[in-house]
Amino acid sequence: MKITGAEIFCESLRREGVKTIFGLPGGVVLKIFDVLCQRKDLQLILTRHEQGAAHMAEGYAKATGKAGVVLVTSGPGMTNIVTGLADAHMDSVPLVAFTGQVSTDLIGNDAFQEADNVGISRPCTKHNVLVKDVNDLAQAVKEAFYIATSGRPGPVLVDIPKDVSIAKAEFKYPDKINLRGYRPFTGGDKSQIKQAAEAIMTAKRAIIYVGGGAVFGDAADEVRELAEITQIPVTMTLMGLGTFPGTHELSLGMLGMHGGYWSNMAMHQADLLIAVGARFDDRVTGKLSEFCPEARVIHIDIDPTSIRKTFHAHIPIVGDVKSVLRQMNVVLRSLDGNPTAMKARRAPWLKQINAWKKEHPLVYKQDDKITKPQYVVEKLYELTKHEAIVATDVGQHQMFAAQYFKGKKPRTWLTSGGLGTMGFGFPAAIGAQVAYPNRQVVCITSEGSFQMNLQELVVAAEHNLPVKIVLLNNGVHGMVRQWQDLFYESRYSASLLGKKPDFVKLADAYGIKGLRALKPSEVDGVLKEGLKHKGPVLMDIHTDPFENCYPMIPAGGAQHEMMLEDPPELRQSRKGGAVHKRKVDEGEGVLPA
Amino acid sequence: MEHIISVLVENKFGVLARVAGLFSARGYNIESLSVAPTLDPTTSMITIVTVGDDRIIEQIMKQLNKVVEVLSVVDHTETDFLDRETVLIKVHTKPEHRDEAIRIASIFRAKIVDSSPITYTIEITGDVDKVEAMINMLKPLGIKDLIRTGRIAIARETTRTASPRREPALLKP
Repeated sequence: MKITGAEIFCESLRREGVKTIFGLPGGVVLKIFDVLCQRKDLQLILTRHEQGAAHMAEGYAKATGKAGVVLVTSGPGMTNIVTGLADAHMDSVPLVAFTGQVSTDLIGNDAFQEADNVGISRPCTKHNVLVKDVNDLAQAVKEAFYIATSGRPGPVLVDIPKDVSIAKAEFKYPDKINLRGYRPFTGGDKSQIKQAAEAIMTAKRAIIYVGGGAVFGDAADEVRELAEITQIPVTMTLMGLGTFPGTHELSLGMLGMHGGYWSNMAMHQADLLIAVGARFDDRVTGKLSEFCPEARVIHIDIDPTSIRKTFHAHIPIVGDVKSVLRQMNVVLRSLDGNPTAMKARRAPWLKQINAWKKEHPLVYKQDDKITKPQYVVEKLYELTKHEAIVATDVGQHQMFAAQYFKGKKPRTWLTSGGLGTMGFGFPAAIGAQVAYPNRQVVCITSEGSFQMNLQELVVAAEHNLPVKIVLLNNGVHGMVRQWQDLFYESRYSASLLGKKPDFVKLADAYGIKGLRALKPSEVDGVLKEGLKHKGPVLMDIHTDPFENCYPMIPAGGAQHEMMLEDPPELRQSRKGGAVHKRKVDEGEGVLPA
Repeated sequence: MEHIISVLVENKFGVLARVAGLFSARGYNIESLSVAPTLDPTTSMITIVTVGDDRIIEQIMKQLNKVVEVLSVVDHTETDFLDRETVLIKVHTKPEHRDEAIRIASIFRAKIVDSSPITYTIEITGDVDKVEAMINMLKPLGIKDLIRTGRIAIARETTRTASPRREPALLKP
């Protein structure tokens, strides 16, 4: 029996195990939405903006490891998800985006709501395809899910013209993938693995540097085993957080621009770097010519292009991190089965790192006048018993969250790393909450980022998704303001947010609970009440607009040359207050009332 | 250093844009580009001449291999290969220059494929040195117009070469 393209589409999604779609309808996808509403097995989360749909699907994918699914219309529907696609592309998030397209006979005519979806999305997807014939639709869907989730994951876009969704064809879901040019690497070269294991055994100052690849590669157990049998400390990139428990004695937390002093120093003095699913991003390396000057580098990654892209690898291993580490751990155990001897051998190095930790720990001073953002994050970490799924936006609050919210498990840390997309956090939190209705999902955000996608509040309200939004409200684009203070003589160009909405009233307008903490003494109560509440909550917590995030490697600086506190001239200008206060006063409503 | 890279791809629309886009997005150079179907009508061969140091060429090779529709990538520069380019050159031919044009064409075994009272159009096929040499010889006569196909390359068969050579660097397993 022949069925329509729309029915083939829905049936194919079911075969791929899809339960939830994030999307928004429009002219050319009406047929698909018409079939969708008649099906009980596919849930549609109707977002209020397509960008929200893309980030929700990302949050869903990051939390579950399964592909997130987006369905939007042609033209503006598609262009609105471009940020989400680019974000997913940078952070290797498995995403399958279905976009409507004008009928095949109209393509190229500048038809109503026509855009070159495949052309626009080409540089920000892992793969994309325009389906011109209904007979190819099922195969295209199957391949899209396969490509998005295999190898180094990423977003795939499938463009479906209106007439293809209406036309009929026999439905037979393909059981085979037919992609002769796409065979992701898996195993890892045995001799390279052996060589790496030998290098690990002889190294004196080794460090494991874990990236997002270990999260998507599901390699947390293997990383832990590697660290424990070799007694090598683990540092994580922003994307790698959660892979290794932040509370573990071998955990160094995050490295890079706002990483711990001790982790960056350890990187700088290491004689062996074991990079696992990381890509030597500039926010990690700082000045490349002075990055890890003494280290031999073992680089394990499933994507060959990540290896030697920016930094040299002495022992490159292309393969799936989980399987490579497994093999490596076996070799390591066979080389040295004695954990006490190993511990003794690593002791001086770990002692040195601990000394760095003591020398410059993460610090902030909480007084009784104005709330420090770090204090809120630390409180939240305590109150959620370290179990929550945390989504963040981008900026200072993100870095404070990365520093103080020590994740325990992979897939509980949802953040926009590579692209740095403000507006990512709240929809991502919704996506994670849709996937796990019974888990606690917290969105740490700021008023700058939150206002970029706040329209999705209504989605949280509509589906009663109990997302807890902790909004650090400091009246400034904090990270921009910080750079302006440090590198642009405190000229606050466009970083003071001036007039702000009343976020409690805003929450009320959307029918969700709103709470406010103006003073440090109110923070604890607000967080407790908010976390206890059954539905979604928006907690408006006023924080210090002038708190800076340290340590900081200035852009282009070497990794061991960190700023650890406000430079004296900045402190002076604040104390004197004249210039500073004037600037603040000019930006209306900057300081909390 | 200059590299000639042959990229075997699925013969589908959009593939060339993807390959070309990869070069432009990452700031790699394309010196010349030629695309045509192969014996198998489902595949096409893209021949790219590019310039870069070892690190850049390694990235180019890896990035090309990552494209889903790319079936294989060969950097001929690492092997023994033949490369050819066809050029059509329209030269001014004042009466006193006609013999000279014919002489140059015959030295390079090129053909005069079109003539008018004021110009000859000469077709030459050869490697880069030969083509450049003829263009230089024709310059004093005055070149009105010139069009090149871009270079194509093919590996030499092992049996024909006396000395052993390395296999082409096929990166796809």
